[in-house]
Amino acid sequence: MDTRALFSGSTSLSNIHPAIIVTAVFLLAYPSFASDFFIFQIGAYSLILGTIALSLMMLAGYGGMVSLAQLTAAGMAGYLVAILGENSVGVMGLGWPWWLTVVSAVLGAAIFSAFVGAISVRTEGIYTIMITLAIAVAFFYFVRQNYVLFNGFTGFAGVEPPTLFGVYWRDPTPFYYLSLVIAGGFVWAVFYASRSTFGLSLQAIRDNPRRMRALGYNVTLHRVAAYFFSGLIAGTAGVLLVWFNGRISPGSVGVDVVIDILVIAVVGGMRHPVGPFLGAIAFVLLENFAIDLIDRERFNTVIGIAFLLVVLFSPDGLLGIWNRIRSKIRFGRSGQQGASRRTGDDRQSAESSDNVKTQEEV
Amino acid sequence: MFGFVKKTLAVTAIMSLAGPAMAQETIKMGSLATLEGAFTVLGEDGMRGVRMALEEFGYMAGGKKIELITGSSDASPDSAIRATRKLVEQDGVKVLIGPLSGSEGLAVKDYSKTQPKVTFLNGSSAAQDTTLRSPSENFFRFSTEGAQWMAGLGEYVYKTKGYRSVAVLAEDYSFPYTQVFGFLEPFCRLGGKAPQDARFWVPIGNKDYSSVIAALPDDVDAIYVALGGADAVNFLTQYEQSGGDLPLIGGSITVDQTVLGSKGKTRRSVIGTPSAGPVSDTWDDARWSNFVAAYKKQFPKGFPSPSLFAHSYYVNTKAALLALDKVKGDLSDGGNKFRAALSSLEFETPTGMVKLDERRQAIADIFLTEVIEGPDGNLMNKTIKVIPQVNQTLGVSYEKFLKYGKVGRENPSCS
Amino acid sequence: MRNFVERHTFWAFVILVSVAVFLWMIFAIWPEWLIDGLGRKKTFVKTFLNGVTLGGLYFLVASGFTLVFGLMRNVNLAHGSMYLLGAYIGYEVAELSGNWFLGLAIAFLAIAASGVLLQVLVFRRMEGDDLRQTLVTIGISIIAADLMLATWTGTTYQFTPPDWLYGATQLPIISVIKSSGTAVYIKYPVYRLMVLLVAITVGLGLWLFLNRTKIGMMIRAGVNDREMLAASGVNVQLVFALVFAIGAGLAGFAGVIGGTALSIAPGEDVRYLLASLVVVIVGGLGSVSGAAIGALLIGLAEQFGLAYFPTYGVVLTFLIMVVVLAVRPQGLMGGR
Repeated sequence: MDTRALFSGSTSLSNIHPAIIVTAVFLLAYPSFASDFFIFQIGAYSLILGTIALSLMMLAGYGGMVSLAQLTAAGMAGYLVAILGENSVGVMGLGWPWWLTVVSAVLGAAIFSAFVGAISVRTEGIYTIMITLAIAVAFFYFVRQNYVLFNGFTGFAGVEPPTLFGVYWRDPTPFYYLSLVIAGGFVWAVFYASRSTFGLSLQAIRDNPRRMRALGYNVTLHRVAAYFFSGLIAGTAGVLLVWFNGRISPGSVGVDVVIDILVIAVVGGMRHPVGPFLGAIAFVLLENFAIDLIDRERFNTVIGIAFLLVVLFSPDGLLGIWNRIRSKIRFGRSGQQGASRRTGDDRQSAESSDNVKTQEEV
Repeated sequence: MFGFVKKTLAVTAIMSLAGPAMAQETIKMGSLATLEGAFTVLGEDGMRGVRMALEEFGYMAGGKKIELITGSSDASPDSAIRATRKLVEQDGVKVLIGPLSGSEGLAVKDYSKTQPKVTFLNGSSAAQDTTLRSPSENFFRFSTEGAQWMAGLGEYVYKTKGYRSVAVLAEDYSFPYTQVFGFLEPFCRLGGKAPQDARFWVPIGNKDYSSVIAALPDDVDAIYVALGGADAVNFLTQYEQSGGDLPLIGGSITVDQTVLGSKGKTRRSVIGTPSAGPVSDTWDDARWSNFVAAYKKQFPKGFPSPSLFAHSYYVNTKAALLALDKVKGDLSDGGNKFRAALSSLEFETPTGMVKLDERRQAIADIFLTEVIEGPDGNLMNKTIKVIPQVNQTLGVSYEKFLKYGKVGRENPSCS
Repeated sequence: MRNFVERHTFWAFVILVSVAVFLWMIFAIWPEWLIDGLGRKKTFVKTFLNGVTLGGLYFLVASGFTLVFGLMRNVNLAHGSMYLLGAYIGYEVAELSGNWFLGLAIAFLAIAASGVLLQVLVFRRMEGDDLRQTLVTIGISIIAADLMLATWTGTTYQFTPPDWLYGATQLPIISVIKSSGTAVYIKYPVYRLMVLLVAITVGLGLWLFLNRTKIGMMIRAGVNDREMLAASGVNVQLVFALVFAIGAGLAGFAGVIGGTALSIAPGEDVRYLLASLVVVIVGGLGSVSGAAIGALLIGLAEQFGLAYFPTYGVVLTFLIMVVVLAVRPQGLMGGR
């Protein structure tokens, strides 16, 4: 079984189309029937985590580079917001206007991500996980030890979004809509980019870098550019994250959270930009309600088992399970027709990626 | 999996609708501790303290039944806030006891300012700034903090032990900064010295102290060690292994029962180490021994002796219950009467009297201890002295104390 | 080595001079200006020895990791968990039997067995899919870490090594000359010297195994070209299982050795995994000699960082990694 099955960037658009409308209506109307807690801590938080996981999915699914430094880029943006804007700790807090702070933070995260990319893309694919993990940990140690810029172990508190047009954007409903617009925007952007020239060349580079180099494409530049774009996504999510928590500290960018993002992306499914959000919702619900239903202490074991099961049996994650259930429903109990449906998917995906002729590697 | 999730959503939705209706007969109390990760054993002991207090009151206060809801964090402020938000906004608790660690406490304090109708009491978090700087109107701390814990140690070491200069070895974050501050402030005022180049701030979780030990100076009288748990165990073993022979002074969690009782070769070099803290295992007062006996009876599977976490959570929970009794369980005015009762509360705990200052920080007794060898060869802490009613400003006025500055690597400068 | 000197004469010269200076600094008595500049000689020598012995420990841990990757292209991110599990198992056995060496042996065998099981039951089915294998190892490490936390809780465990390994010994290196004229020698823990000795022995053993035995030849051939190895009639799966057994066993073995020096607690798995990652990135993936050099470098960097600039010492090792990646992405001794 080859890697592409795990990370195939091609999508089965006609499969999901009707569901998009239903989902969109549900998401827009959500605050009307959900409690504040659900809007804020479940809804908005899932959207934020999903966006960070989306940046990972974009790099891994379309670029074949599993970067564990996406959360680090988000954390970088969060820290920059605290440093350049206002905070209640009395360290840094330069007091720049909010729009300048946000733009600088997102750009800072993107540049950081590009830097990470520049270091890791000259090595083989599998090295990327190791290198980005090491960088994520190095960042964690650095912000924990440095007090001048990052206020070390204590971190920053009192970071708030501005009050615009008379709306305090940290109230549950406005914040939810803000996260929804941003998440939706990025999903559309990633989807669109995957079909653009850049996206297609990126996927081609994922499948066969040597050929692309022979064709004259600058493979390294493409990859670093992909890192830059994913840094923009992660950075924006990072700004939302620091506004959500109202604080940021080394614990926000530690190893556990880094692995959580990977789990979210993989469990949700890396085939389609919607996958990470499914993973995020499942993760957030489990995190909040596991204590009421099962022993909260073994939360990590449950997450780990879910992750393992997905990687072993359903590489497309929740999205893959959903697709399979739907094909079963559509064709009744006829497993064979379900199987032919799946091959139909492959054929369809083979057709859609026909623009750049990729070939099965021996 | 989705069906399960949908069911959960439905159940919680119904419960949240039914919530207000039930509030008349029961009071929802939330309790937050670190029940995940490496600090789980400490969080569990904290929860034991909460349950002990509730048992004592029969789970009733002010004529109403107390419903306890637990929340869990992993010692990071972000997870503490999420768990707190769930307890307050989703489960609808009116009183919250917690959290466990210092940085979580600072985060919960900030959150409490956004929820003026809910009353927050401390668990065992011991950061100074939680109540010293910009305190929250509805955050009450009936347990003492890191600098208070060191009361009396500086003087004891200067006058009785005769040390004039010390090296400092501590972890590089806020709690050890507070402890070092609490120790050095009186020590330096009396004339002691702690030069800056003899202060070693090691990263948290550092296991290998060999190089730090190699860099320790020879020309000091003692080393003040403020490490905790695993780090303390490692340091003491490695110090002995490398043939170190300087006397030690211990922080509050450096020579406590978990370190002294840890498996491995007994560390003879530790005998005679003075320390100070909010509890003393061997205090022979009836109030403490009753508490220990009740702990052992209720939790045969717990520690051999209640830790400072169990004690801290117990005291704070008991304060909440006593105040609820005073206002006859009436939280209908958003808890204002309840909080007024808390502010003026003064009661007897297993370690002496406790009351609050104007920033809702506890004033309580502190114990000065020294490590001795017990009758059966194991190490324990002997109570040397009880320092009565230590307040957060360590005896000086609030304005003067603020001038000392925030705790940090160089505070106090002392050279 | 001759090759190296011929091709990189400048660097060989630099290394030779540095080694000479180092040796002088260790064995000679320091003049005043040096003490003023660098601090006491005792600190320097002890830090150096600490770095070398820590490097030995890192080599023990990283050699298994690099071996598994080199042959099977499997980045085993559960390597840290194997280290910790070996330490716990070794601890239990040593406590029960009272024999530290027995704990050491059982830890090696138990984790080697787990490695074989993993290879045969799980990784064999994912042949060729490196990324998926790595993700599986991440999942295993998450579960293993949590289950170990459940079983052994967050308490720290300390081994009891045999008495003759405990305590400090005097080295023939002079620290200072006292004003009375007598020399004060440097004392150093015996156990850490033993760790270094074990690391050197294991390193030599691995080298002999890989370069002087038939199986070693097969492994080296497999590292170069897996398909050819299979085509030449060797039972590749058996070789894979053997290598995974050795790699995992080394991790468990290192767990007991490291745990005795530095105690065991949750979080050690992540720490040693990261150390292995940095060591093999610096040294070159798949190269045992690279792991040795990388481990020495990282061990020294960590200890000197801790002794002389403790605030940012932790970041120093990662900085070295970034520099190596920027200059020579395949690692110092990496081939690809």
